[in-house]
Amino acid sequence: MAITAGTFESLELRGVGRTFGGHEALVGLDLTVRAGEFIALLGPSGCGKSTALNCLAGLLPLTHGQILLDGTRVDTVPSEKRGFGMVFQSYALFPHLSVEKNVAFGLQMRGLGKQEIRRRVDEAIDLVKLGEHARKLPGQLSGGQQQRVAIARAVVLEPSLVLMDEPLSNLDAKLRLDMRTEIRRLHQSLGLTTIYVTHDQEEALSLADRLVVLREGRVQQVGTPDELYDHPRNWHVADFMGYRNILPGVVVAPQGAGDRVQVSVGSLALSGRQVDPAGSTARDVRVAVRPDDLVVLAPGEEPRDGNVLRGTVLVVEYHGREFAVVVQAPDGTLLHVRTPVAPQVGAELALTAPAERILVFPADLTERSAEPDRAEAVAA
Amino acid sequence: MSTAPTASGHRTPDRRAPRSTASLRHRLAERGVDSSLWLMVPALVFALALFVYPFSYGIGLTFQPSLAAQERWGGGVLANYVAFFRDPFVFDSVWITMRLALPAALFNVIASIPVALVLRRRFRGKRLMTSVLVLPITLGTVLTAQGLLIFAGRQGWLNRFLMAAGLVDEPLQLVNNYVGVMLSLIITGFPFAFLLVSSYLSGIDPSLESAARTLGAGWWQRFRRITMPLLAPGLATTFILTFVLAFSVFPSARLVGDAMGSTRVMSLMAFRAFGEQNDYPMASTIALMMGVVELAVVALVLAWRALLYKGSTGGKG
Repeated sequence: MAITAGTFESLELRGVGRTFGGHEALVGLDLTVRAGEFIALLGPSGCGKSTALNCLAGLLPLTHGQILLDGTRVDTVPSEKRGFGMVFQSYALFPHLSVEKNVAFGLQMRGLGKQEIRRRVDEAIDLVKLGEHARKLPGQLSGGQQQRVAIARAVVLEPSLVLMDEPLSNLDAKLRLDMRTEIRRLHQSLGLTTIYVTHDQEEALSLADRLVVLREGRVQQVGTPDELYDHPRNWHVADFMGYRNILPGVVVAPQGAGDRVQVSVGSLALSGRQVDPAGSTARDVRVAVRPDDLVVLAPGEEPRDGNVLRGTVLVVEYHGREFAVVVQAPDGTLLHVRTPVAPQVGAELALTAPAERILVFPADLTERSAEPDRAEAVAA
Repeated sequence: MSTAPTASGHRTPDRRAPRSTASLRHRLAERGVDSSLWLMVPALVFALALFVYPFSYGIGLTFQPSLAAQERWGGGVLANYVAFFRDPFVFDSVWITMRLALPAALFNVIASIPVALVLRRRFRGKRLMTSVLVLPITLGTVLTAQGLLIFAGRQGWLNRFLMAAGLVDEPLQLVNNYVGVMLSLIITGFPFAFLLVSSYLSGIDPSLESAARTLGAGWWQRFRRITMPLLAPGLATTFILTFVLAFSVFPSARLVGDAMGSTRVMSLMAFRAFGEQNDYPMASTIALMMGVVELAVVALVLAWRALLYKGSTGGKG
C-alpha cells in the first residue's frame, strides 16, 4: 500500500487549555500520543472534546499550554501548514467538486504534479472503495459514502495525525457499525495516528487504544479501554462506562477489611468496594453498579456478600438474548438489571451483586480534582 | 379550511386496483386543485387590473404612433420603434443608462463581498456596523439626492472642508453630473447588495473553509476555490437585482445628475415624451424598450449562472 502515515515519534499536549470569554472550555489537557496510536476523546456534549480537537487542528488558537510534535511547537503553526488531517462531523465535503476533486484538493494545495495527484487520488478512492463514484458530486452520495470521501480526503495527504470529530454521529445505526469497522481497518492498515472525538462509549471502547474521558473541560481519566471499563476513577467515568445504576448513598461504616465499605442507599444497605484514589473520608457517596452485575436471586439462594436489593418490576425490554429490566425499590429508586428470563411486570424481585462489583465513589469530586489541574495549567 | 375527506378515500392500499377508487374531488386535491385555490383570487384581480391590463394597453399604444411620428420616421404602425432606433437623441439614452447601471451594479456587488466576509466574523460592534451599512436603504432616492446636494454640492460641507484644509483649490464637481448619479446609485444600492450577499454567504457552511484550511489552503485559495464558486450564483442574483434597480434610476438622474447630458437615462426620456411632448405612444415605446434591454442583460447573467454549481452549500441558508 502506497499511502502511509506521516512519520513522527510522539505528539505531546502540555497543559492545553482554551477559554471563551471567561468560560473554560478546556483546562490543563496533558497527553502524550505515540505514533500509530488510536486515542478517543470521550465525554458528554459540551465537555471540551471538540474544543480539544479544534485546538489540535489549529482551527482554534490555544489560550494556555503548548502542543509539541517531536519536541517542536506546532500550536503556533497555522492550520494550513500543520499537516494534520481532519474528518468533520458534517463531513464538510466541497459540494461543488466531484469526489475525486475533493480528494485531490489537498494535494493540489501542496503543488504536486498532475500525474502524482492522479495516482494518489485513485489510490485513496480505491482504499475507501468508491471507485465507481469518483466523478459524482457529494450530494449524489449516501451519508456513509460521503463519510468515506471525507476520510479519503484526509488520509490522501499522508498526515502525521488524523483528527476525527464524531464522524459517525450522522449515520444510522447499521451504517455506524460498518463504518466503525472501516475506520479500524484503515487505522490498522495505514498505521495512522488518530485522535477520535465521540460521545459514544461503545464506539470509543471498540476503536481506541487509549481513552481520554473529559467532563466540563477537565480530564477525568486516561487509560486503555479495559482499565476504564473495570476501574473507573470516579462516578462520572463510571457513568460513561456503562454503570447505569448510579445511586446516591451515605457511608455507614468502613467494614475494615481493605477497601470494603458499608453504605446505605435509600432503604437499602449494601456492602461495596470503595474507589477513591485520594483515600477520602467522604460520607456522601455515589454507588455505581453495572446492570449485568446485578443478578436475580432465586428463592432460597444465598445473597452475595449479604447484598440484597428488593423491588417491583416496572419495565421489561426485549434485547435479543437478554432482557433489560427496570426494577423499582420501595423507596422509589430505579435499578437497571439484565436478566436471561423475562420477569412479569409487577412481580417482586430480589437482586444481589458481589461487593467487588459495587463501586462506591465520593459524591462530590469536581472541586478536588479540578484544583491541581488548574494549577498545572497556570504553571505551564 | 379545505373540504372534509370523503368516505371513499379509505381503502386497503395493497389491493392494486386498475383505477383509483378515490373520488374525483380527492384526486383533484392530490394534484393541488382544491378550494384553497380561491385564496389566489385577490392577487389575481390585482395582477390583472393593475399590471396585465395596463401593460397590454401600453404595448397596444406603442403601435399607435402619433401622426407627427409617422410623417417624420415612416414605418406605419412601427413608426415609434423606427424612431427609437433611428433617433440618436433617444437611442443614445440606452448607452447612457448602461454606462450608469452596469458599473454601479458591478461595484455594489463586488464591494459587498469583502464587507460581508468581514462582517461574518464575530466581533464587538458588529451589529452597529451592520446597521450603519444598511441604514441608507431606508432613506429613499429623493432624500439621498437631497443629502448629496447639501453634502457634496459646490457650496456643500465636503467642498468647504476640502477648501479650508487646502486640499483642493476649487470645489470638486460632485453633483449635477455623472458622478452625482453614480454616488446616489451606490448609496442606495450598496446596502441592498450587501444584505443579499451576506445572506448568501451565511448559507455556506463555515466548516467547508475549516476543511480547506486543514487541507493546506491559504486564505486566498480558500476564497477562490471554495467560497467564490459557492457564492457565485448568489452574486449573479444580487447583480441582477441591483442592476434592475440602477437601470430604472429616475429621481437622482434628475436631481443630482445632468438631465440633458451625461445622465439622460431612458426613464427620463420616457418621462419627457410623456410629460413634455404628450406623446403617450412614444413614452410607452421607450418604457417597453427599457424592459427589453433589462431583460437582455438579465438573460445573459442567468445564462452564465446556469453554468455554475447551484446545489446545497451546507449552511443554514
